[in-house]
Amino acid sequence: MNAASKYMRRAAGYLFVLLVTSFLIFVLIEAAPGDPAEIMLGTSAQPDTVAALRAELGLDRPMMVRYASWLGGVITGDLGNSYTYGTPVAELIGDRLAVTVPLTLLATLLAIGISLPLGVWAAARPGAVTDGVATIFSQFGIAVPNFWIGLLLILFVSLGLGWFPAGGFPGWGDDFGKAFSALILPAISLAIPQAAVLTRVTRAAVIEVTHEDFVRTARAKGLGRNRALWLHTVPNAMLPVVTMLGLQIPFLISGAVLVENVFTLPGIGTLAYQALSQRDLIVIQNVVLMFAIIVIIVNLIVDGLYAVLDPRLRTHK
Amino acid sequence: MPYRYKSIRNMACAVSTAALIALAPSLSLAAGNVTFGQPVEPAGLDPTVGAPVASGEVTWQNVFEGLVAVDRDGNITPQLASAWTLSDDGLTYTFTLRPDVTFHNGVTFDSTTAKFTLDRILSKDSTNGQKALYSVIDSVDAPDTATLVLHLSKPSSNLIYWLGFPSAVMVEPSTADSNKTTPTGTGPFKFDEWRKGDRVLMSAYDGYWGEKPSLDAITARFISDPQAQAAAILSHDVDVFGKFEAPELFSQFKGDDSLSTHVGVGEMEIVAGMNNTRPPFDDIRVRQALMMAVDRNILIQGVESGFGNPIGSHFSPASPYYVDLTGEYGFDIDAAKALLAEAGYPNGFEFTMKVPTRSYATRSAEILQALFTQIGVMAKIESSDFPAGWIKDVFKDTNYDMTIIGHAEPLDIGIYARHPYYFNYNNPAFDAVMDDIAAATTPDARAAGFKKAQEIIGHDVPALFLYSAPKLGVWDAKLTGIWENGPVPSNDMTDVSWSE
Repeated sequence: MNAASKYMRRAAGYLFVLLVTSFLIFVLIEAAPGDPAEIMLGTSAQPDTVAALRAELGLDRPMMVRYASWLGGVITGDLGNSYTYGTPVAELIGDRLAVTVPLTLLATLLAIGISLPLGVWAAARPGAVTDGVATIFSQFGIAVPNFWIGLLLILFVSLGLGWFPAGGFPGWGDDFGKAFSALILPAISLAIPQAAVLTRVTRAAVIEVTHEDFVRTARAKGLGRNRALWLHTVPNAMLPVVTMLGLQIPFLISGAVLVENVFTLPGIGTLAYQALSQRDLIVIQNVVLMFAIIVIIVNLIVDGLYAVLDPRLRTHK
Repeated sequence: MPYRYKSIRNMACAVSTAALIALAPSLSLAAGNVTFGQPVEPAGLDPTVGAPVASGEVTWQNVFEGLVAVDRDGNITPQLASAWTLSDDGLTYTFTLRPDVTFHNGVTFDSTTAKFTLDRILSKDSTNGQKALYSVIDSVDAPDTATLVLHLSKPSSNLIYWLGFPSAVMVEPSTADSNKTTPTGTGPFKFDEWRKGDRVLMSAYDGYWGEKPSLDAITARFISDPQAQAAAILSHDVDVFGKFEAPELFSQFKGDDSLSTHVGVGEMEIVAGMNNTRPPFDDIRVRQALMMAVDRNILIQGVESGFGNPIGSHFSPASPYYVDLTGEYGFDIDAAKALLAEAGYPNGFEFTMKVPTRSYATRSAEILQALFTQIGVMAKIESSDFPAGWIKDVFKDTNYDMTIIGHAEPLDIGIYARHPYYFNYNNPAFDAVMDDIAAATTPDARAAGFKKAQEIIGHDVPALFLYSAPKLGVWDAKLTGIWENGPVPSNDMTDVSWSE
């Protein structure tokens, strides 16, 4: 089988997964109690007003008709209008991604920047001081939730030292520095738990590879400890680290829901949370579908990275 | 191993440099700007569409104005109508409109736009959540540009009051449909931008008909998390929180000289509604016994850190019509036990409280649960997702024994005369009193009616009347002119200014 048809099959498989996912999302959200029109109108509204709003939102149509029209819209690029905001969902999601994507990227970079050196240093001399520091850090990072780290950072770094804003997002348009500094504390809160997990995985992977024959050979032919570590051990230990990173990114996105609320960032997490409590069904459907797409894309990227990291996994013609 | 220490030091150095680079100046205090915070972002900015509370908190009196307005003391004052008369039979209101009013898009406000606004509220496909309040209006006439005439189907002493509310603000026909996202009103501030999920920006309108506000620009910020609200006000990212909803965090503001704190009276009554048709709550003695098992002071201490006023009926102590009925079924365990025994439950009973996911409600439920055990009544607490789950399960389907909720609408004792309503309470004598109030032509008759109404439900206890929620305000000590009390949920910035 050639590579092209293999990729076609894989792409078709992912499309099928998306189709099933979209249906599940729709049915599950429909099944949740609560009528968007009633929630929007409040408890004083009369039944005829609720009926008028239901008609305006198109909620009086049968369920399968609404599913088909949503799916048709998604395929043609029209995600529909938010029930609550009244503006196109694509626009809403786009605005929010401008906060969440930089935030999660920054958090991922921070997590890698912390965990890679820390994990390698810890593995270089198991039982030494650096190993102890790494172990304590990863225990701490895994044990404490990200929103609590966020609250502590607000308390000490924002209110105490006044270095960063305590929350909110000024927008990219006015002042890039201001917008960027608003993302730093949230990114740190998101990154620490991720870094903790990655540090552990890196440490374990590096220690395992250290005992491989080729490392011993490299040392035996006269390579210094550090050169052997960075040239031979670390590159060969990256496979499990990349796998873990790929698994962590969906968690990073769901972690953003909490952290964005603590820092009142108008990201995709706050949008999802708000839409859920307001039963803005069309927004939830699209956001959850987007999460599914992101997970699939991350999987594809991780698959590609495997091939880069391990020549044995490259497809042979 | 000196190299290792060196590399740690290098890392520390790199981290602190990165922090310094990222550190950007974050001061934003222009002279005439005020940022006010509120917990809920509205679904739209037009209070005449949907539920009016959160949208009114942003735009009412700032962007939108009504024929009349409720002022900070709860009185009705002229606004876009400079005067009005009521016919002797109470069926015809005649308003004289101001001649010099323009909307923010330049269109002149006159009787045609006013008629359009009211007709839109009353129309068949209206999506105004408060439509019922105005349904007494039979027809609207605009005999000349400065005169507006309302013909009522029956006398209504409440109508003038409702016309002063956010749900009846004046809108312009060509922008009515887009007001949800880009509101155009007649107020002192015009809408600039809505950064969804974050803030709404407004600035002073040059063509305003009244006295120009002292502020150049105002911003509404939406912060749902109480910890984040506290952080925002302590760091002066937000200048005003007119209604701060976490009383346990409130005391920390008192030690800060740059902030001033204000405990005002709100309009929200917290009540534990019961399903009056479901046994054992269909027995008035059971409801009265449960009321006597409640020590309201302990409850207020536990739930609101002591802020708030006990109530004995469904009425805010801020109202001039308020009657103190907390003594009628005051805290008395022995009397409660005796009454429960008389009703046939000497050993108590078990039931379920469906509690909305709001902190005041869940805390109240836990305290009530403990208080009820003293008379042998066992309450099971079940959490109900608010608003979605609660509205369906409790409010609409009335599938519940007892619930706890705050009623935020002002002067809303009339809900006990609504059929159906989630209490399933039905007392024709009470309904008759509400009709009398509507038909009252003198202030005295109105006051007498409200007194009677409070007494009837205070005695019938369709819901356990717990307390009136405080309006805890915290704002920059240099700000003046902010509403301390909350007769209408709002953030009116018209009279606000910075003092030197």
